[in-house]
Parts: sequence; C-alpha cells; structure tokens
Amino acid sequence: MAEFEPRIIAFLCHWCTYTGADLAGTTRQQYPPNIRIIHLMCSGAVDSIYVLKALIDGADGVLIGGCHPGDCHYQTGNYKARRRVAILKEILRELGFSEDRIWLRWISASEGKLFADTVTRMVEELKKMGPNPMRRLWNA
Amino acid sequence: MAKQAVVKVSEGKTEEALQGLLRSLLEKKVVEALLVPKRLPSGQGVVQTLIRNPEKMEGLCLLSPTMPVQSARVASYLSVRNLSKPVALVLKACEIRAMVELSKFLQVKLDHLFLIGIDCPGTFEVNDYSRMVEEGKGDGVLFQELFKGMEQGEERAPEGYAFRKACEICEFPVTRADLWIQLYGYPTEREIGLEVGEKLGKEMEEKGLHLETSEGYPKREEILRKVIEKRRKKRDETFEEFRGKVKSLGSFLDLFSTCIRCHNCMVACPICYCKECVFRTAVFEHEGDQFLRWADRKGAIRMPTDTLIFHLIRMSHMVTSCIGCGLCESACPSRLPVAVLFRSVGDRIQKMFDYVPGRDVNEPPPVATFKEDELKLESGAI
Repeated sequence: MAEFEPRIIAFLCHWCTYTGADLAGTTRQQYPPNIRIIHLMCSGAVDSIYVLKALIDGADGVLIGGCHPGDCHYQTGNYKARRRVAILKEILRELGFSEDRIWLRWISASEGKLFADTVTRMVEELKKMGPNPMRRLWNA
Repeated sequence: MAKQAVVKVSEGKTEEALQGLLRSLLEKKVVEALLVPKRLPSGQGVVQTLIRNPEKMEGLCLLSPTMPVQSARVASYLSVRNLSKPVALVLKACEIRAMVELSKFLQVKLDHLFLIGIDCPGTFEVNDYSRMVEEGKGDGVLFQELFKGMEQGEERAPEGYAFRKACEICEFPVTRADLWIQLYGYPTEREIGLEVGEKLGKEMEEKGLHLETSEGYPKREEILRKVIEKRRKKRDETFEEFRGKVKSLGSFLDLFSTCIRCHNCMVACPICYCKECVFRTAVFEHEGDQFLRWADRKGAIRMPTDTLIFHLIRMSHMVTSCIGCGLCESACPSRLPVAVLFRSVGDRIQKMFDYVPGRDVNEPPPVATFKEDELKLESGAI
C-alpha cells in the first residue's frame, strides 16, 4: 500500500507567511507538496470555522501562519489569532480530538527556509499520527 | 461601601416582607419600574414581569422556582436602546453574571438599571414545577421548605424532584449587585438580610426610604461557605463523570448523536452575542451537489449536516463567558448534556485566561483582548 500522504490546509497571512512561502519557492527550497495554501490578509482573519470545517471534512492538518508577535501589519491580528487558536485547541482536546493537527506558527517574509522546514516537519509529524479519523466518520 | 441592613418579618410571612420592600421602591419612586418574577394566574408558573403600578404587585415571587428565560436577555431588550428611567431588576446570580458579560459585548446598558439579587437555592425545570403545583408540592409549600432549608444551608427539592442539573453544580448562589437579599443563614420567618450597595443606598436615602441597619447574621458566612463547598464538590464530580464519558471524538459524537440542530441552545443562551448567527446565514445553505460531494468523500454523511461544527463554533464564541445557567440544556429537546459540556470546557479555558465570567464589568472578555506576553511556546508555536 502506498505511504499515507497527509493533506494540510494552510491559512497564511499576506504580509509574512505567504510572502515567506513565496520566498521558499523563489529560493528553490525543497518541501513536500502536501500543503494547500489559502491566502488571507491576516492570521487574525482566520475564523475558527475555517479550521474546523477543514478538519471535519477530513484535512489531516491545519497550518496557520502569521507574522511574529509585534510585527503584525494590522498591529494585533496575530495576538488575536493566538487566543482564538488556543481556545479552539482546548475545546478539541476536551472532546478527545488530537489538537496537534492544528499548528500556529510565526514565519516572516524573510524566513523562506523556516517555512519549508515547518512544512517538512509538519508532514513528518502527521505521518506519525496517521490519517485524520474524521475523514471516515460519516456522523461528524 | 456596601451597607448591611435587615428587613423584619412579621407573623412568619417572609414573602410578604420581601414584596413590601419592593413595593416601597416603587411607591417612593426610587425606581420607575420593577422587573420581578410574578406568579401566573394559573398558579402553575412564574414569569418575569415589568411592573409600573404598585397595584399590580400581588403574587410577586422573588425567589422564582423556575427560570423560563434568562433575564439577562430580557434586560438586554429593556436597556440597550433608549431607556431613560431607573428600573430595578430582581434576578438570580447567574442572570446578573450574564448581564455583566452582555454589558461587555454592549448588549446590556447598566446606566439606568439597579440590580437586585437574591440568594439562589437553585431552580426547577418549568414542567417539573407545574407538576409540583398540581401535586400540591409547589408554591407556598415549596417556599416554606426552601426558606427553612436555606437557614441551615440544607435546601432540598420536594420528594420525587430535583433541582436543575446546572443549579446543582453552580458555585455562585450569590454575586455582586446593587442590593442583595440574603436568605442563607437567616431565620427568614423573623428576618431577612440585605446588603445595600452605595449607589442604590444613596438613592433610597434621598427618596426617604430608610432601612434598618444591622451587623449582619453571624452564621451566614459559614452556611454560605458550606453551600458553595457542596456545589463545588458536585461540580467536580459531574465534570469527572462527563470527561470519563467523552474520552474520544467517537464517544463525543455518540453522546451528541441525537442533536437535531434546532438551535434551541443558541436561542436560550444569554451569552451567544452575535447579532446575526452565521449558522442562520447562507454560509450554511449548501447546494445540492455539494452534499453529494461530501457524501462521496466520506461514503455517507449524516443529515442534517453541520451539527458538530455548530456546537464547536458556538462553544468557541461563548465558552469563555459561559456563566453556567444551563438554560441551553433545559431548552434542548433531545436532552443533550450541553450545559455540562460548556461548563466543563469553559472551566478549563476560563482558568487559562484567569477569567471569571460575571466577576467584574471592567474586565475585558478573553475573546476581545490579548496580552503580548502569553501562550508562549517554542518558536511561537502553540
């Protein structure tokens, strides 16, 4: 049987992580192609619905990328994202869902290498965890 | 500074003494109107009533045995647009705490409101209470038992009945208000304690309504502590039992499998603060083919869809401010343990932000604020 290839949905902020992902490409960084990027203006614009919808529909992981603390283009969006993600993860933990499938990372526009490394590491971790059980749960 | 006062009860008529106190607020024009629980003509229930005419005060029931709606919602309708006259509201601790939370979301304006709280022994389901009345165990009989029980901190439901689950695990029989009616620890056939806040106290003095000051009742603190301790214990047991039941996502889904997505929990919730709920917008009106694509991906999908995401999103919005009134569960036709779910998850998340909903009007809710230096982990990851 072919090796399990996790599917990651990534919500990346325009000013830092999306540009960082761009840099990863232009500088020819290698990273696994398991990621589907959704481009948003700010990590603070990531509604918990987006994350949950992705997970319930069977995404194996969700990556949220934003600017480093203090660097948000809109001043505070990343801090708000951080609280929102913390709340969401705590809810999922309480319900017995592995919250490790949600990653929030600060990756700046100049950190193309960090972006590639993050995706590589996330794919490795998700491979260890195996497929998202929700993919098979028809009643979720 | 809040002042301690006392209301003397004559001939053991506790309820009448409380009614008299309220009547004087209206008659002396300390307030222009009262929102207070009142018995329905059928006698089978008690509802919040807005009273302007002191003549309409018969049948007041300050210690309402039920909570058909959360009065924080009522207070929201009443206060949020153009209320210019002072109104006093008689509420339970959970209702006051919900109002404090709603005021933070700009859905209650406290400017012209005086909050009157009363020690809460717990409430009953509306249907249970009506049955109780039919069986002759409700109304006067019930209140006499409750008053007597509260003196010792040992209030009990009539035989064959139980307080609402949320009430049994509520560690807030008391909270802060402009006027607090104290029953626990008091020999209520003789006297009732009052804690009068500065603002209302001054207003009452100015309007010539003088209360008898007192030293308070020595036993009260101890009895209140005992009651709170008992409920905390019950709360922790309930959490433990619930957490034991939802060890995995599968078991959670089983527990919630009878959800019919009626949104009753959302309507009953005093905290649910979105003016327009996303679950009632076109976002969740999917195209026919979309359902087929989902069904294709998983092989099959349950209908109606989006029940899990509904509960999770609702939770992510309100759980930090959940005051545990449990009306979500009372409103659930499938009797899902939503109240325990929200309290149990809320407990952890509220602790994470060192936040107690309803504690202080000036404390910003966790979802509306942040600290630069928090939730830090390696490389900014959480």
